[in-house]
Amino acid sequence: MDFKALQGKSRQEYKKRLGSDKPVIYVGAATCGMAAGAGELLKMLPQELDALKVNADVVRVGCIGPCCLEPLVDIQKPGKPRLSFHTVNPRKLKTILEDYLVKDNPHPELALGIVGEGRLDGIPNLFDHQMLKGQVRIALRNCGHIDPNRIEDYIARGGYTALEKALKMAPEQIIDWVKKSGLRGRGGGGFATGKKWDSVRNAEGNIRYILCNGDEGDPGAFMDRSVMESDPHSVIEGIIIAAFAIAWQKAPAEGFFYVRNEYPLAVRNLLIALDQARKNGFLGKNIMGSGFDFDVKINRGGGAFVCGESSALMRSLEGRVGEPRVKYIHASDKGLWEQPTNLNNVETYACVPEIINKGADWFASIGTKGSKGTKVFSLVGKVNNTGLVEVPMGITLGEMVHKIGGGIKNSKKFKAVQTGGPSGGVIPENMINLPVDFDELTRVGSMMGSGGLIVMDEGDCMVDVALYYVKFLEEESCGKCVPCREGLRRMKQILKRITEGKGAIEDIDTLEELGRAMELGSLCGLGQSAPKPVLSTINYFRQEYEQHIKEKRCYAGVCTNLISFMIDPEKCTGCHLCEVHCPSNAIKGEKKKPHILNQEVCIKCGICYDVCRDDAVIKR
Amino acid sequence: MSTIKITADGRELGAEKGEFLLGVLRRNGFDLPTLCHNDQVSPDGRCRLCTCEIRWQQGGRSRCVVSCLYPVDEGLIVETKSENVMLVRKTILELLLARTPEAEGLPELAAEYGITRSRYGADTDFGKCILCGLCVRACKEVVGVEALGFWMRGTSKVVGPAFLEPSPVCIGCGACAFVCPTGHIVMTEKGDERKIWGKTFKMEKCAKCGRYYAPKFELEWMSKVTGVTYEKLEVCPDCR
Repeated sequence: MDFKALQGKSRQEYKKRLGSDKPVIYVGAATCGMAAGAGELLKMLPQELDALKVNADVVRVGCIGPCCLEPLVDIQKPGKPRLSFHTVNPRKLKTILEDYLVKDNPHPELALGIVGEGRLDGIPNLFDHQMLKGQVRIALRNCGHIDPNRIEDYIARGGYTALEKALKMAPEQIIDWVKKSGLRGRGGGGFATGKKWDSVRNAEGNIRYILCNGDEGDPGAFMDRSVMESDPHSVIEGIIIAAFAIAWQKAPAEGFFYVRNEYPLAVRNLLIALDQARKNGFLGKNIMGSGFDFDVKINRGGGAFVCGESSALMRSLEGRVGEPRVKYIHASDKGLWEQPTNLNNVETYACVPEIINKGADWFASIGTKGSKGTKVFSLVGKVNNTGLVEVPMGITLGEMVHKIGGGIKNSKKFKAVQTGGPSGGVIPENMINLPVDFDELTRVGSMMGSGGLIVMDEGDCMVDVALYYVKFLEEESCGKCVPCREGLRRMKQILKRITEGKGAIEDIDTLEELGRAMELGSLCGLGQSAPKPVLSTINYFRQEYEQHIKEKRCYAGVCTNLISFMIDPEKCTGCHLCEVHCPSNAIKGEKKKPHILNQEVCIKCGICYDVCRDDAVIKR
Repeated sequence: MSTIKITADGRELGAEKGEFLLGVLRRNGFDLPTLCHNDQVSPDGRCRLCTCEIRWQQGGRSRCVVSCLYPVDEGLIVETKSENVMLVRKTILELLLARTPEAEGLPELAAEYGITRSRYGADTDFGKCILCGLCVRACKEVVGVEALGFWMRGTSKVVGPAFLEPSPVCIGCGACAFVCPTGHIVMTEKGDERKIWGKTFKMEKCAKCGRYYAPKFELEWMSKVTGVTYEKLEVCPDCR
C-alpha cells in the first residue's frame, strides 16, 4: 500500500473510532498506569461489560502525564466527547460503567475532564486542568491519545508525513532546518543537534551509525520511558530522518536503539513499532521509494547506569565492558567501531518530525534565547501534582512547583528543587524565579540533565539528600578512573559521618576540595558532575551541615542518629495507638494515662509520630 | 603527519600533529607522574595523574585533560603545574594512598607532592592494587592472551582472571607481575613450579645451563604463535 492510501485508511479508522457508534473505553496502560492498577481494570473490563450487556471497544493507550491521577480510564459514548476519569479503582470502575456508560450520569466529582473536542455540562476540558494547562506538548504530542501498538493511529495523527517530506529534501537542508530550530540534545548534554548531525555527515568513514539513547536511569525520571511506551513511532520517525540527513549520498547507515532492559514495555512497544515500520516501508530497503536503505536494531542494556553515557554506551554496543573513554576525538568522527556515529536521546528524536512538519521557525519561536522548544520534566517529590509535564523552555521553577505542581503537599514549606538527575544540583527556594533552561541551570550549579525535577520541602535534610545521591553514584560509577571511584567512596564516608553526628567542621572543606578535584579530574560526565549534589547543598545550605556537625542536630528530622522522639504528657490522651504500632516495644503506658517512650529501646522509625492523633509525639 | 608547535609552561615545543601530549612533554624533559602508563601498551587514562590544563588562547577558557590521551594540535597552550592540575594530582595521590597505603612507590610519589598521610583513612582490603589496568593491557596487547580483565563495577572492581578462578588461557609468562607498578601481582617460583593468579605451572629446564627458566605452557604457546620450534625455545635466552 502506498503512503497516501495508508494515510487515508488510517485517518478513516481513527475518525471512525472517535465518532464510533459503539462506546470506546480508553485505559492508560503505560508502566505508570499499570503500576497504579490499570492491569486489574483491564482484566475486569470484559466481564463487567458482559454483565452490563454493553458492546464496547477497549483501547489501551499510553500515558498522558499526570501520574498522581492514575489509573486513568476514559469513556467515549456515541455522540459524546471522550470523558476522562481519574484514580479509578475496581469499585469506581463499576460505578462509572453503571452510572455513565449505561445510564447518563457523568459523575462530575469523579470525572477529570474532556479529552479533545466536545463539551459536557459541568466538566472542564482535561487540558484546562491545573497540571496540564501551562503545557506545550511536542515530544508528548501523541502520548495518551493513541494506541502505541497501532501504526495507523500514529499515521492518522500526522505520523510519517515528516519523513515523506524529509525524503524529498536535500540532506543539507534538513540539517539546516534542525540547526535553525535551535534544538539541543535532551539527554543532558545540551549539544546543538543540527551541528552534531553536520559533523557526522561530513566525517570520514565508510558507514554512519545512528544511535538512540533510551538508557534512562536517573532515579525519579521517566520521560523517555513514557515516550517509548506511549508513542514509539515518533522516535523511530525522528531516527529515520536523522539517518537520511546524515548518510544519504555519503555512506550506508545503520541504526541501533539502546534501551534499558528494566523497561520491558518500552522494549516490547518499540519492537512492535519497528516491525510495523518495516512492513509499511518506512524502514528497510528503498524507504518510501526514495532509494534510501536503513534499519534499526534494538539493543537491551544490561543494567548499568553509566551505559547511558555516550562513550560507555558505544562500548556496551560493541560487546565490551561499559566503561567510558575520553572524548578528545568526538564520536562524530570515531564512535561505534571507530566509525562516525550520531547519538541522540529519545526526546530529541521525538521532536524532529514536528520540526520538519511545522518548520524551524515555529520551533525556535518557543523557549528562550539559548534553549529552544520544550522540555519534558518528570515533576516528582513533595508537590501535589506529580507526573510528566512538557513545558516551554524558560518557564520559572516557581511556575513548575506552584502552578503545574499545584504547590507543596500537606501545606508544608517549600525548600528546594533538585534538577538534572543524581548528579544535578539543588536549587534553593530563593531562586524560585529562575527560568529553567540549559544555561541558567548550569549557571547556578545544577544542570538540565535529562529532566528530573525533584521538589523538596522542610522535611528534607540537605545532608541526607546529598548522601542519597552520592550513594547512588558510588554504586553506579564504572570504577575506571580514580577521582570518581575513590572520590565518591570517600564522599559517602564523610557524609555518612556527618549524618551520624560524628562529623568534624573540617569535613566541609574536605568535601569542597574533593568535589572540585573530581569535577576537574574525572574522565566522563558522571564523575565530573557527581559532586554537584554535595557542592550545591554546601553552597546553599551550609548552615545545615554546620548544625549537623556543631549542634549535632538535624532540624529537618531525618537523620535518625540526631533526632529523638518524646511524648508530651500534657497532650497524650493514653489512646495506646503509638504503643500498638511501635515495632520495638519502646512505648508503654496505662489506658487514658500519658505514655512513656523508652529512649534506650527506640529505633527512631517515627511511626508513633505519624500515627498520633493528638500531636503528642514530639520529634527533635 | 605534520610538524606543529605547542607551548608548555611557557616553553615552545615541536611535535607531530595528533601525537599524545604526554609523549611530547616527556621527550622534552617535563616530569609528569603516571601510574597507569607504560610506553609498551596503549594509554588508557585511568590514574589521571598526568592531567594537564590546556587552553587554545592566552587567557582563554581552560580545561583539564589527561595528557596520555590528548592529541596535540597547532597552538596548544599547556600548563603542567597549574593550581587546578596540582589539586587534581594531590587529590588522586591522597585517595590512592588511602586505598592502598602499602602500594610500592606510592608513599614516595605522594610525598613528592607533600602528602604524607591521607585524610581519608587507610584501607587494608585492596592489597596493593590501584586498578591501573597495566596488567590487563600487557596481557592483551603484548602477550596476546587476554587472561586478565576487570571484574565487577565501581568500588567493587577488581582485576583478575575470568570469574577470579585459575585461567585456562594464562601461560604463566609473568608479564602482568613485571608491569605492575605497585607490586600487587605476586608470582612465586620454587623448584620446577611457578605460581601466579592461583595457577601452578611446571617449568622447563634450559637445555644448556640447566636452570628452570620458563613454564612449559608458555614455551608451547610461544612456539605456536611464533613458529619457532620448541627445541630452540628449550634454551634459555642467556644461553642462546
